[in-house]
Amino acid sequence: MNGLRKDLTTASIAIVFMTLLLGVAYPLVTTGVSQVLFSDAANGNRIEVDGKLVGSELIGQDFRGKPGYFQSRPSATGYSANVTYFNNLGPNSRELSRLFAKQLDAYLKRERPYVPGLTSDDVPVDAVTTSASGVDPHISKANARIQACRVAEVRGLSLSHVEELIAEHTDGRFLGMFGEPVVNVLQLNLALDREAPR
Amino acid sequence: MTAQGWAQIVVFLLVLTALVPLVGAYMARVFEGERVFLSPVVGPIEGFSCRVLRVRPDEGQDWKAYARSILVFSLLSWLTLFLILNTQGIQPLNPEGFGSAPWNLNFNTASSFVTNTNWQYYGGEATLSYFSQMVGLTVQNFVSAAVGIAALAAVIRGFAARSGAALGNFWVDLVRITLYILLPVSFVAALVLVSQGVIQTLDGSTTFKTLAGGTQTLALGPVASQEAIKELGTNGGGFFNVNSAYPFENASGFTNFVELLLIMIIPAGLTYTFGRMIGNRRQGWALYAAMLTMFVAAVAVVYAAEQHGSPAQHHAGVLTHAFDGSTGGNMEGKEQRFGIAESSLWTAVTTVTSCGAVNAALDSLTGIGGLVPLANMGTGEVIFGGVGSGLYSMLLFVLLTVFIAGLMVGRTPEFLGKKIEAREVKLVLVGVLVTPLLVLFATAWAVAGSDGTQSIFNAGPQGFSESLYAYMSQANNNGSAFAGYTGFVQPNAPGNAGAYGYDFANLLGSVVMLVARFLPMIAALAVAGSLAGKRIAPAGAGTFRADSPTFVVLLIGVIAIAAALTFFPAFLLGPVVQGLTDQLF
Repeated sequence: MNGLRKDLTTASIAIVFMTLLLGVAYPLVTTGVSQVLFSDAANGNRIEVDGKLVGSELIGQDFRGKPGYFQSRPSATGYSANVTYFNNLGPNSRELSRLFAKQLDAYLKRERPYVPGLTSDDVPVDAVTTSASGVDPHISKANARIQACRVAEVRGLSLSHVEELIAEHTDGRFLGMFGEPVVNVLQLNLALDREAPR
Repeated sequence: MTAQGWAQIVVFLLVLTALVPLVGAYMARVFEGERVFLSPVVGPIEGFSCRVLRVRPDEGQDWKAYARSILVFSLLSWLTLFLILNTQGIQPLNPEGFGSAPWNLNFNTASSFVTNTNWQYYGGEATLSYFSQMVGLTVQNFVSAAVGIAALAAVIRGFAARSGAALGNFWVDLVRITLYILLPVSFVAALVLVSQGVIQTLDGSTTFKTLAGGTQTLALGPVASQEAIKELGTNGGGFFNVNSAYPFENASGFTNFVELLLIMIIPAGLTYTFGRMIGNRRQGWALYAAMLTMFVAAVAVVYAAEQHGSPAQHHAGVLTHAFDGSTGGNMEGKEQRFGIAESSLWTAVTTVTSCGAVNAALDSLTGIGGLVPLANMGTGEVIFGGVGSGLYSMLLFVLLTVFIAGLMVGRTPEFLGKKIEAREVKLVLVGVLVTPLLVLFATAWAVAGSDGTQSIFNAGPQGFSESLYAYMSQANNNGSAFAGYTGFVQPNAPGNAGAYGYDFANLLGSVVMLVARFLPMIAALAVAGSLAGKRIAPAGAGTFRADSPTFVVLLIGVIAIAAALTFFPAFLLGPVVQGLTDQLF
């Protein structure tokens, strides 16, 4: 019994001590150091235009219905950046299959007028599947290549100019090795607005 | 599958293997109270902590005293966390003004974090204040990991001891593991993650007009400090509901690589620690080899399955082949920056270890792809496993293998020169069987009536997979989920106004997590206590060596057969059915 009483005392002290060290000091010191050393990244890599916040480099946005912009990947959450969840439909879900068919159809309808002969076999898989975060900031290079034709025409830019902008906003793999090459949609669209304001 | 994809996986494993002896030797020194390079800095804090706790390193505890300290500490931790979660509304650092979540959800969350499970019925950014995340969850991320590692340190001491009953002192282990291993690595890792885009701020969310004219609200918070220990301690509970798929938790291929290393390094390094402490490094490498072999098999299967794509895609006419500029494969619920290879690697890494963080939606994995995480957990989390808990569970399987081998050749089984007798074998069986039995009973109960089935999201076999996954994950203290399965409804998200939880899912899950965490841990400590006093017989010509390739093969066989015998029928009903058919449900 004596041992138990001693354990209860020691455990109580340990919890108070650990809470102060790990729950207060550690996150606060990390916050302080981060804010000093990496304040841009620590606050979410925010992008401002004319002093006004327009988004975060890392968080995708909704561009549906705006043909002058590159479109983000489909989102299950309406591109929410404060209530996140997965689509969660299973691999053999009939409902999911219908959603894919709908996305594929919409993609072809949107892009085909600008890319004659575009078929479902040309559509990269990221263009019709919902991302995990709902705010995937990126699309694949193949997806950007197809959308470039529409954006160039709507904006009155040359295709090669748009392709240059895509290349500028493409991130390669880390060390040429880890992850996948990606095109940042928000940054690309901001660059378009700078090059060809509309 | 592409050569590029495989290169990522192989290089990751090479880097990990190169780090194992370094980190393993460091942890052994920490367990043995030796001086390490951090001693000049950490030593004074350690001395201070021990004075505050009034404990001394030479105050050895036998297995019962060690286990009692763990249980008392965990019980008080649970009460503290439950209290914090239930009084969220009156605490500071709550810029969104969230009230408390319902008590049954808090019951589940408290059980989940104290057991190093980190199952998420709650939705991080939409349910919890910064105070709850920092002072509640982050603290438990550290100490529940430290408890697992401490229990392992005690178990190893029992295996290595030549006499006596002392397995070390829990409080000293808790302090040393936290101060020398978890805290410094987390701090450095957190800063590395911040530099790459993982956020770390106490500011509240900000709403703005998007480029296309809509509105978006950016949830913020002290994410990196939690992210680092969430991976390092194989915890896995995300600051955000979508966990490490969210760019603010995992921003790039680089952060993904760092986080994967953080998850694997302690469980992998501990095999070397074990070898060093028992004075047979070969034995440590043998365990590492067994784990690595099973892990590589898991990665290969999930990667092949995900690259193939899903029936839902094929029926809709979606092209799933890779071509220039597109990953192909099943990208539903995956992030473009990770693609198929890094998502598959992550899925295997977080389910062989009991990390349970996700960077893709597991509910949307293909049938066979989803089978892999289930099977990984079905081994009892012994392929690397949780920090500490993985290796002590593996050691139980080692004793079981030694025992079975002994039966086959008709010899008294022994391990490290110590005879394995009836008492040890009985305890091993308790430790090995409790978790799978809980999984099967809980799943059966959950699918048998409407109390359990209200949690299910998908129709057809996927609904069964979700239920099985929920209890498999909670029993093995993993925490990843087929996330359609829910125990918490939040109609006015974000915030907890009007939110309610399902008693059945929350409470059954809690019981499963608590029992499956502490009963096997106690069994392992009891085995170690019983081995501690045993004489070490010198190895002779007839000794069956446990550090040989033959033993590694036998060990893998025993683990695979035990998992298959237990779970094969259940796997057939869910993921396998879907993996073998093109049928939609």
